[in-house]
Amino acid sequence: MAPTVEIHRKQIGHPEWDEPFVVNMGPQHPSTHGVLRLFLELDGETIVGCDPRIGYLHRGLEKLSENLTYSQALVLTDRLDYISSAANNTGYCLAVEKLLGLSVPRRARLLRTIVCEMARISSHLLWLATHALDIGAMTVFLYCFRDREWLLDIYEKICGARLTVSYTRIGGVRLDFTPEIVEELYRFTEEFPARITDYETLIDVNRIWLKRTKGVAVVPPEKAINMGLTGPSLRGSGVPYDVRKFKPYDAYDEVEFEVPVGRNGDTYDRYRVRMEEMRQANRIIRQCLDKLPETEGEPVVAEGAPDLLMPEKKKSPQAVPHPKKGFLVKGAEVPVVPEGEVYVSIEAPKGELGYYIVSDGSGKPWRVRVRAPSFVHISAIPEMVKGHMVADIIAVIGTLDVVLGECDR
Amino acid sequence: MSVVEKLRERFGTAILGEEVSCDQISVYVDREVLPEIMRFLHDELDFKHLADLCGVDYLGWKGKRQKKERFEVVYNLYSISRKEPLRIKVSVPEEDPRVPSVTSIWQVANWFERECYDMFGIRFEGHPDLRRLLMPENWPGHPLRKDHPLELEEEWPEYEKLREKARELSRYEWGDRRVRGG
Repeated sequence: MAPTVEIHRKQIGHPEWDEPFVVNMGPQHPSTHGVLRLFLELDGETIVGCDPRIGYLHRGLEKLSENLTYSQALVLTDRLDYISSAANNTGYCLAVEKLLGLSVPRRARLLRTIVCEMARISSHLLWLATHALDIGAMTVFLYCFRDREWLLDIYEKICGARLTVSYTRIGGVRLDFTPEIVEELYRFTEEFPARITDYETLIDVNRIWLKRTKGVAVVPPEKAINMGLTGPSLRGSGVPYDVRKFKPYDAYDEVEFEVPVGRNGDTYDRYRVRMEEMRQANRIIRQCLDKLPETEGEPVVAEGAPDLLMPEKKKSPQAVPHPKKGFLVKGAEVPVVPEGEVYVSIEAPKGELGYYIVSDGSGKPWRVRVRAPSFVHISAIPEMVKGHMVADIIAVIGTLDVVLGECDR
Repeated sequence: MSVVEKLRERFGTAILGEEVSCDQISVYVDREVLPEIMRFLHDELDFKHLADLCGVDYLGWKGKRQKKERFEVVYNLYSISRKEPLRIKVSVPEEDPRVPSVTSIWQVANWFERECYDMFGIRFEGHPDLRRLLMPENWPGHPLRKDHPLELEEEWPEYEKLREKARELSRYEWGDRRVRGG
């Protein structure tokens, strides 16, 4: 007989045995959305303690990027949150651009905003599909995947890749949109709002859905900030913190959109926030598309942006004064990326995605630190599930919208 | 009055210096009074959001800015009410890598500090549960230190044990699975 691996039986149920019943959930479990292992201590069906164990997908992206040039490390950021890779690329590029002091052309900023919002929609669609499937509303799944597929097809037309797009470049984007892509995106934005309404009719009044989400995992606003929740998970509690409004980047300062917030801070409110966010994302894409003809013919990469084959060290082509002795020296070393450090955060679909980069003047970053929203959200799981039933863990993991590739880095 | 001035007025010599890079201010503080400073920032100056906490290893640093100690622990704070960021830095010497924990102020610091301990070996005093987070419990060394190799020269010894265990388990029949890949 095979040993049943998942359950360690300690001492069960007897009043004299006071040790809690311990259950391992994961690392292979369909509802953990990756390789997340939860170490649960149960009292009957109620959760007494929870200890998430992560690191199964740890690839050492931070260490790897220290050994690559800035342009090469861009590719690694795709693999963080592989569902919305365009947003990760944009955050990284914004940080490096700030170090370099580059200003990106307006057309490139508009294009970036479009791909970021497409990433938001496709990420939220995947979230809705899997979250609903986990909780028991199975119909939504395929409908969501149909629309996500459409978006992935558009990504493929834009840059040739569906998931790991690497579309943004330091100082701009890789390619301009062709007229067909613009047309297709217009068609998408026409049809998509009606599709969202479809999903809402499927689950908004579904009795099982309401029972499994209303009043589950309530987080008060102060506690949500203290636990570090960001993005829709925080806004569900009623805090209107959105990096797109607070520190506008790219073209977010020239488009109109609203930041939806919840009232009760439960799973249902976070669901409502994400649904509304999809509508707003659709609106942003529409406005950016309308603005595109104004910038027709502009370059999509800033002048002086580093090439893909950027050097690790750079020698000055002209003679420059020696730093100490004063006379002119030929071919002295000049910084590739100016020395300094920067923390830049963006509103990724999951929450605040921050990059803290330290540069020592060479072509390789000294330190790249990724502040991943999923990492912080998983650390909040123990607080949120305490006192709930085992089945509610599925709802909590779903509502926080975690991706383990980003959590483990 | 700016935040840095308020800090200087309140804590005087514990504020060791400030630095501006890419329009972002960082303040160096004394690590012994770090919890009081953080408590003041959180309660009175309304920096409720600890955006990030990480360590940096400056072994072999060739930049122009001088680094006195090998490690630095960096706290990126954000005040949601005033839309204002602030970076606090603590220098940590190599011989005595310890920093007071801020988990009593921000819950979110719990895992950030665990990760920092895992990656740099910096001990956070007063942390409720300082264990490794991403790396295996018995991993030799701390991977984000600059003297830790990118690739180990020999295979990690525990890996052979894992393979052995997998071989042992593959002898059992697992439900309906008949042939691998079949």
